[in-house]
Amino acid sequence: MPFGDAHNQVKMKFSSEEEYPDLSNQHNNHMAKYLTPAMYRQLRERATPNGFTVDGVIQTGVDNPGHPFIMTVGCVAGDEETYEVFKELLDPVIEDRHGGYKPSDKHKTDLTSSNLKGGDDLDPDYVLSSRVRTGRSVRGFCLPPHCSRGERRAVEKLSIEALASLSGDLNGKYYALKNMTDAEQQQLIDDHFLFDKPVSPLLLSSGMGRDWPDARGIWHNDNKTFLVWVNEEDHLRVISMQKGGNMKEVFNRFCTGLTKIETLFKERNHAFMWNEHLGYVLTCPSNLGTGLRAGVHVKLPNMSKNAKFEEVLKKLRLQKRGTGGVDTAAVGGVFDISNADRLGFSEVELVQMVVDGVKLLVEMEKKLEKGQSIDDIMPAQK
Amino acid sequence: MTTIMPFGNTHNNFKLNYKVEDEFPDLSKHNNHMAKILTKELYGKIRDRQTPSGYTLDDVIQTGVDNPGHPFIMTVGCVAGDEESYEVFKELLDPVISDRHGGYKPSDKHKTDLNFENLKGGDDLDPNYVLSSRVRTGRSIKGFTLPPHNSRGERRAIEKLSVEALTSLDGEFKGKYYPLKSMTDAEQEQLISDHFLFDKPVSPLLTCAGMARDWPDGRGIMHNDNKTFLVWVNEEDHLRVISMQPGGNMREVFKRFCVGLQKIEEIFKKHNHGFMWNEHLGYILTCPSNLGTGLRGGVHVKLPKLSTHAKFDEILTRLRLQKRGTGGVDTASVGGVFDISNADRLGSSEVAQVQLVVDGVKLMVEMEKKLEKGEAIDSMIPAQK
Repeated sequence: MPFGDAHNQVKMKFSSEEEYPDLSNQHNNHMAKYLTPAMYRQLRERATPNGFTVDGVIQTGVDNPGHPFIMTVGCVAGDEETYEVFKELLDPVIEDRHGGYKPSDKHKTDLTSSNLKGGDDLDPDYVLSSRVRTGRSVRGFCLPPHCSRGERRAVEKLSIEALASLSGDLNGKYYALKNMTDAEQQQLIDDHFLFDKPVSPLLLSSGMGRDWPDARGIWHNDNKTFLVWVNEEDHLRVISMQKGGNMKEVFNRFCTGLTKIETLFKERNHAFMWNEHLGYVLTCPSNLGTGLRAGVHVKLPNMSKNAKFEEVLKKLRLQKRGTGGVDTAAVGGVFDISNADRLGFSEVELVQMVVDGVKLLVEMEKKLEKGQSIDDIMPAQK
Repeated sequence: MTTIMPFGNTHNNFKLNYKVEDEFPDLSKHNNHMAKILTKELYGKIRDRQTPSGYTLDDVIQTGVDNPGHPFIMTVGCVAGDEESYEVFKELLDPVISDRHGGYKPSDKHKTDLNFENLKGGDDLDPNYVLSSRVRTGRSIKGFTLPPHNSRGERRAIEKLSVEALTSLDGEFKGKYYPLKSMTDAEQEQLISDHFLFDKPVSPLLTCAGMARDWPDGRGIMHNDNKTFLVWVNEEDHLRVISMQPGGNMREVFKRFCVGLQKIEEIFKKHNHGFMWNEHLGYILTCPSNLGTGLRGGVHVKLPKLSTHAKFDEILTRLRLQKRGTGGVDTASVGGVFDISNADRLGSSEVAQVQLVVDGVKLMVEMEKKLEKGEAIDSMIPAQK
């Protein structure tokens, strides 16, 4: 739907070679690695039942050759069917992105938080905050790159109903972006809850900014530890967070809240998009599986300057970001450290990696502070 | 599960499953021409249409939905995806055109006049005040869809045709084409210093309409050796043609403009790809604001005193002129230097519009000089043109 090109009938009068994007020069994303001219020729004849085409899938990757901090995916899904209709492209992208995950592999979901070991004792002198987020897509609607205003509003309406029936620790309120008062807006900014219109070209090029701020909003509980974004990069983003290092508590709340929400949506005949191969289906192929990013803001000024920092992260299957989010740089030695994987591991397993890995990184930081070496506590590849 | 060609209308049909109220955009905070005209009833009436190339109403209005309004200028809020958009969505575009172009009616005829000899004067604007003079217009090539909608194949075909046409020019128009995607650093530096280089659009007015897709593929700049005539390929329109030079000799700038443009048009016609034009809308361009002549004739002029005078905006309105900052349409003025150009595009000819600029700027410079001497300008305030 966005930008007309997706339904440009004139395109088919041009040969595949004439339409094939120029990925030769500077492109460095997963889509550019796999989309050959022959594959493009084959895929351009197709569309999903909702009219999403291969050009819709790849536009973001064509427009954004590569990112300095992170190898981008370069393609998105416009609906649940995209992953099937364009599997020739998306299967290899998924395999490359998710550590060799094969088309025949099965994904395991585990949202039983009592299966997590430890995680309640990360040192708060170093670990400033803990957070777990995931996304969910509501079956029966197109995804943010492709959905219409009518669909987006329907997703919002369902979400408001579902969230309004939460109670206890999860009792809360919904704030629609388009009629927030200045006071509400300021409060949400101060709480670090407010999400803004996307400015990242990675998102804008795929059409996720359309009609902003219509049908976008934020729900959070009274305690400000559980929050849901509606219609940002995915239909729903669910976030549990709090200051300090008690990841176990954060994950407990995450699992409880998410399970309750899923039940409410099912009752309304709009289950979450899920299948046994891809797990939870989300807009960006990088978020398939668990869609889960569990992370901390942690002070690692010495560790981050150590020559082995990157290697340690890799072995621990962790990823670093700046504290502003995915496209930002670290400020003042404080890093956002989170799980690198999404697909092929369960939620419990991924949070376990963060808990264990961050515990080790903090130990290393303390050693480096004292001028000691960290060679003897280097981890094996997880 | 898959759908074979033609797939163009699939998503639009799917949207029709939702009621009009559910799909109609929220325009309550909006201030653009589209938002003024598009009622829910009108939306309901034309939302099931598409042009032959698959352009739909939601495509036309997306930029106006995403961009509620602009502080410096009343935006149009809608674009054409192809020549047929102006016909298929006339119930929206005719009133927008009328509102934007001073009451221009669906039955009105537009006059084209690219005969530079019809311009009177224009060679003597004071270079102490008028720093540079420039005339630009756009042209769309028949047989292709427009930048919000076109595919890579189309864009490349337009580029190919343009390069053939432009590199065959000679005399004062002899020049070279620089594709954006294979420019060397040195070439880029030079084009920036010459103020010729156009960059990937950052304005959300343009990006929301899809004009930046696949950047920089198929985009480029041609300029003559003298650096006074330049053509942009596949930016906001298929072609933007610009004649410019330092100083105040607008006459010379306009002559070069007309001569160059007509040479280019002849070559395109020979290739059976004339420019999009009709007797009602004149030259067809992407943005409804550029219909007619598509011409913006302007100067960069120093008006530090006049610009702070209480009647500055009124004078501009009466002279049918418009002010902008020197960075272009979305910018503010710096150091009292303004970009002053014709406000009209449709309903008057190229010669008439450049005449307004020449006469109007001459008057404003006189006013500036008076104000410098501490004299009043009340007696010089012009009548409404």
